[in-house]
This record gives sequence, C-alpha cells and structure tokens, in this order.
Amino acid sequence: MKKHTIVALLQDRPGVLSRVIGLIRRRGYNIESLAVGHSETPGVSRLTIVVESEHVEQVVKQLYRLIEVLKVSDVTDDPTVEREMTMIKLHAPPAARHEIISMCSVFGARIVDVGSNTMIIEMTGTPGKVENFIEVVRPYGIKEMMRTGRIAMVRGARGHNAGEYVEPATNGVAVPALN
Amino acid sequence: MTKPLTGAQIMCEALIREGVEVMFGIPGGAIMPFYYAMWDYRDRLRHVLCRHEQGAGHAAEGYARATGRLGVCIGTSGPGATNLVTPIADAMMDSTPLLAITGQVGSHVLGKDAFQETDITGITMPITKHNYLVKNVDELPYVFKEAIHIATTGRPGPVLIDITKDAMQKTTVPNWDIKLNLPGYKPTYQGNRRQIREAIKLLISAKKPLIIAGHGIIMAGAHRELQEFAERLRIPVITTLHGIGAIPENHPLAIGMPGMHGWVHVNRAIQECDVLFNIGGRFDDRVTGKASTFAPNARIIHVDIDPSEIGKNVRVDVPIVGDARLVLQALLEDLPPPSELAELHTHASDWMEHIREMQDKHQGKQQYKNRAAMANMSLPPHDVYEALSRTLNARGNYRVVTDVGQHQMWAAQLIDWNQGPRTHITSGGAGTMGFAVPAALGVAIAYPNETVWAIVGDGGFQMTNQEMATIMQEGLKNIKVAVINNGYLGMVRQWQELFEHKRYSGTPLSGPNFAKLAEAYGWKGITVERSEDVQSAIDEAHATDGPVLIDFRVEREVNVFPMVPQNKSIGEMILSESQA
Repeated sequence: MKKHTIVALLQDRPGVLSRVIGLIRRRGYNIESLAVGHSETPGVSRLTIVVESEHVEQVVKQLYRLIEVLKVSDVTDDPTVEREMTMIKLHAPPAARHEIISMCSVFGARIVDVGSNTMIIEMTGTPGKVENFIEVVRPYGIKEMMRTGRIAMVRGARGHNAGEYVEPATNGVAVPALN
Repeated sequence: MTKPLTGAQIMCEALIREGVEVMFGIPGGAIMPFYYAMWDYRDRLRHVLCRHEQGAGHAAEGYARATGRLGVCIGTSGPGATNLVTPIADAMMDSTPLLAITGQVGSHVLGKDAFQETDITGITMPITKHNYLVKNVDELPYVFKEAIHIATTGRPGPVLIDITKDAMQKTTVPNWDIKLNLPGYKPTYQGNRRQIREAIKLLISAKKPLIIAGHGIIMAGAHRELQEFAERLRIPVITTLHGIGAIPENHPLAIGMPGMHGWVHVNRAIQECDVLFNIGGRFDDRVTGKASTFAPNARIIHVDIDPSEIGKNVRVDVPIVGDARLVLQALLEDLPPPSELAELHTHASDWMEHIREMQDKHQGKQQYKNRAAMANMSLPPHDVYEALSRTLNARGNYRVVTDVGQHQMWAAQLIDWNQGPRTHITSGGAGTMGFAVPAALGVAIAYPNETVWAIVGDGGFQMTNQEMATIMQEGLKNIKVAVINNGYLGMVRQWQELFEHKRYSGTPLSGPNFAKLAEAYGWKGITVERSEDVQSAIDEAHATDGPVLIDFRVEREVNVFPMVPQNKSIGEMILSESQA
C-alpha cells in the first residue's frame, strides 16, 4: 500500500484532532506519523499526517465533512519540502565520543546535552536522512529516541495559507473560544 | 436584551428563536436545570415525556423526517445520553436534522467518573455531523445557533450539545448577535453549470436513460422539479427506499424500487441502461448489490450535496455537487426546446415499452401477491398490505412509518405510494429495529389531522413498544399500529432459510398477546388471524377515535421476493424459494 502525506488546516478547537484521527481509524488505516501545531494564522492549526491507504481520495473528501477542517490535500505527488526531527539519547562513553561527534557533523546533527555516559543528539532532515542517521548511530546503543513525525510544505507559491479561510473577527464581536 | 438569564433559560430562548416547538425527552439529575427553566416556557416549548431515550430520539427523528424541520431530543448525562446513541446513529445514516441535548455532570467533576458521567461527545463523535461540550454559560447562545445551523443545512444530520450542569445554572446576559463563524463549513448548493450542461448532453444522447430518485429529492423538496424534468425528457424514474414519494407510483414514468428487494424489471433496466442519472441517492450497497457489477453499460451522472458521496461506491462520469432542487432547476433551464427532443422521445417510448414488458413478465405487485403458494395460507402478509394500500389510498391524508425487516420491504413493495413526499418514513441506512412506533409518535405530533400508520414486525415492536404509553399520555388518537406478527425475526430467518441451511438460531420469537397489551395501555387492540377479517379490522381502526393496534398473525414463514443475495450482482435475482 502506498504511503500518503496529507496536509490539513484545522480550526484550533478542542477535539478537532480526535475527530480527524477518528475518521482515519474508522477505515482501519494505520497512521505512520502525525505532527500538529500552530500555523501562520492565529486560530488555525496545521497538521501533517502520513497514512498507508489505497483510497486516500475518499479519506480527503470525508475529512472535509468535518466542520472544523478548513483545507485538506494529499501532497504525496507534489513538489514538497519534508522534514522530521529526532532526539536521540545515545550511549556515549568518553572513548566513543570523538567518533560520534564526527558522525554528527557529517549529518548536520547537533549535540545538545552531554552526560557522563550519554549524549542527547538533535537531528533534523528529510525522513530518509533521519532514518539513515538512526541506523548509523544505532550500534553505539540508543537509550531513548523520539521522532516528531513528518512535516511537509509545498514548494513555490501554491500551498496552504490559512489566512484566506479565516475571516477576521466580525462586526466587532469576538467569537467566544469554544471551551 | 440586558436581563441576565440562566444557561437553562438561554437554552429555551435559543430553541424558540430557532423555531423549535416540540422536544422529546426524559429528565434526570444533570439535565434538571433545563427542566426547571422549561416550566416558564411550557406554553411555547412542548415537552413530550417519552419512556426511553431511544424512543425520544426516534420520535424527534419521525418529527423531523415528516416535516423537514429540526427534531429535538433530550436526555440526562450517562445512561440518558447513551440511550440516545442509536437514534443519533440512525439520524446520521439517514441525514436527519436532529438536535440532541444532553446534561453533563458539573464541570468541576468532569473526567473524574462522577455519578452518571459518560463522555458522550467522545462516544458520538463518529455518529454526529458535529458535537459540542459546553462548560461556559456565555457560549450557549452561539453554540445553539451554530449547532442548529449545522444540523439543518447542507446534508442535514444529527448534532449533539452536551452541557455541564453548572453551565445551565450560571447566569449571564446572553449575546444573541454573534455572527456564525464557520470557515470550514460552506455547503455547495448550486451545481456547476458546466457539469450540468455535460449531464444534459449525456441524457439527450442516451437511448436507454434512467433516473434514480433518492432521499435528496425529498429533503430538498425537489419532487415537482424531478417530475417535470423526467416528463420533459420522458425518462423512467426509479425511487429508492428513501426516495419513495419523489414521484407518485401511478405516474406513467414511475417504475418502482431498485436493489436487494427491488423489482426485477427495475434491476434489469439498471443493468441495461446507457445513462444513469442518480439525484440525491448515495448508491447504498442495498441498491447496487455488488458495486463492481452495477450498471455495467451506463455512464453515470451523480448529483449529491455531499461531495464525499460522489465516487464513494460506484464510478461516476459526471459529478454534480449541489442541492437536488437547485440542480434540477438549472437542468430544466438549460434543456433544449421540445422541438429538438423529438428523436429522444422516440427512443424513450421504445425503452419504456421494453421496461414495461419486463415488468409484465415479472410483475411485481400482482404476481407476488397472488402466488399459488399463498392459496392455502389463512393469512398471507400480502393480504394485509393489499388491504392497507387500497384503504389508505381511498381515504388519503395518511403517513406510514415502517420499522426494519420483512414487513418494511413488503410495505415498500406492496403499498401503492401515491401520496407524495414525506408520507413514507422508515429507518433505511442504519436499519434500526424499534424505529417505527416512536417515530410514528413524532409524526403524529407534527400532523395531528392525518392518520399515521406504524407498520412493524413483532420483533421490532417489542423493542420500543413502551412508547404506547407516551402516545396515550399525549392523547394522540391518530396513531394506528399494524403488527405484522410472524413469530420470527423474519428477515434473519429468511436468510437462514435461503443461505444458512435453515439453522433458525435465535430467530423464533414469542410475544405477549399484543391486542391485550394494547388494551392495557388504554388502546384498542384487535387480533386478526384470517384474510377475511383484515379489511374490517382496518376499517375499525379508522373508525376508532383513539390509538389502535392490530395484531396481524400472518403466515409464519413467508419470504420477501424478489431478492438479490448479498454482494451479488443485481442482475442475479431470486424470484422464489425454488431458485434459492
């Protein structure tokens, strides 16, 4: 099954993430990665989700049925910039440090914490590059790891600006934030 | 308005502002503040106390389906709310504008397993069009406005508002002037003009066109436009289960119901047609059979207000997103003048003649009513429907609510549906047994001057028959219930007979004496065991100034035919037991 990267703009209301995920769960699709956070427009969250699915068009249409979903697109075949970040707590006794540091510089990874026998390494890159880096450092002994999940942005003028979907506060009365 | 109101008073005011007149519900701890406030509004907001929240939900659905207006049901927190889950799911499947109002425990104990606490917004997320948890009294005016807007516009559906007890008790000066802010919700009503012209081109070039009229026609009030459009192009019209009433069945272009228990000539016509124009139907699997074999020769035009329905079950050549009525109006505007349609009309009469020939050969109604196998039966169910159809159509002014199962399919097949839209109401998508009696209660409240018949099996009847008490308490004299009592969960038994070696696990069903049960509720109860008594019982029901139940003890093992086995092509129909 093909992996699809879906980008969605959501109104920032309680439960909206749960609605989106529930819709994907209902079809029995596995979510490979999910990243959500603020967009450039206040009140609008932006989500990148990677799912394995054969009928992603239908999922996109059904996501539009959710009241708080502003825009959804499958950007799998679009020219995009994709990034993922990982933090790895690596077993790093003094004898191995030099080698690890040079490995990090090859990958453009940063060492953000050094303990007596461990290092925390922060690395950002395409999901493939992150994958490679993990394999390279795995032999030293990974004690902890966290990946943020993929975020994606379409190149060029086309894309997902949220401003066009949200009207500024109307007739001087602020819409109450729900909950 | 500067007077501070309690949250509960704001709820009442908000409902009145949105035109709500009737609510169906049951009080309980968390929702009590709403009932406290309701007392002051009792002359404007009628509250109907049901006997089970499921009944309240279906009653609200019946009200909504019969009127096109919002149905409102109320339950308290916990079990009160979870009992509403089935009608909410039913309303979701059948696109019914329903507002469910539930009380929730106080916000200070929310999420702490308080008494009668259930996460009803979490539970109903996949079965509502939208839902809300309100903890702040200031949000109530806006939330009610937005919720009702969402429930009643676009593709209608159920919306639930869960309100904490303290939000109902606190006071505030309500702000009614907040504009709706729904950037993610903009239903498309006008069909794309280019696609509309494309549809006309296809229909005009067709030699064997067909129209499928679905629930969307009824909901959009597009039945007149549909008939005019079909007449102008002389295209035969199929009505789905929920499309019944879109065109009277005695109209020369009406050919009947498709699908699993549709007519042979209808299903064969679908398999033969070259252009299939579906307006407001969603190609449900009970209509299409095995979808990959459905209408193999047809270019398909699909009009639906919900873009996610288009291309979901069958491939579509011309998709049109829009309101059925507005799209039909646009289609009518763009039609060429009659002088240019002469050739089309020639094809049309050949095609119609062919369909009618198939119909004569396999004819639905008469053939299945008069089968030899029924000659020895003291009460074949078909006799009940024949008498009901004759009597109801002679009297007029009726609505019929059916439940789910064999009796429902017989009603769809055997009654001549000539009364127009919203006169046949049933649970289609969800197939909710127990729907009919409470839904009939809602219909009877909406139309007190019409006779409302609930046709229900003995299985479904026993799921919600407690609402007979509600009907009595509300003084609804216009409800008549026909129990098609065969002592089985009949449709399941039919499948067991035809496909599962007659292993009748869990389907034989006994019940009380239904007529005596009705008498116990203060109704009139009549038992009918022979065909010759059917007509007099129906006449007696009509003559009685009060609710009446007729227990029709029909032949036990009669099957609904024709039938397309599940996941088979609609070209492969079983016409009788001997073919199964």
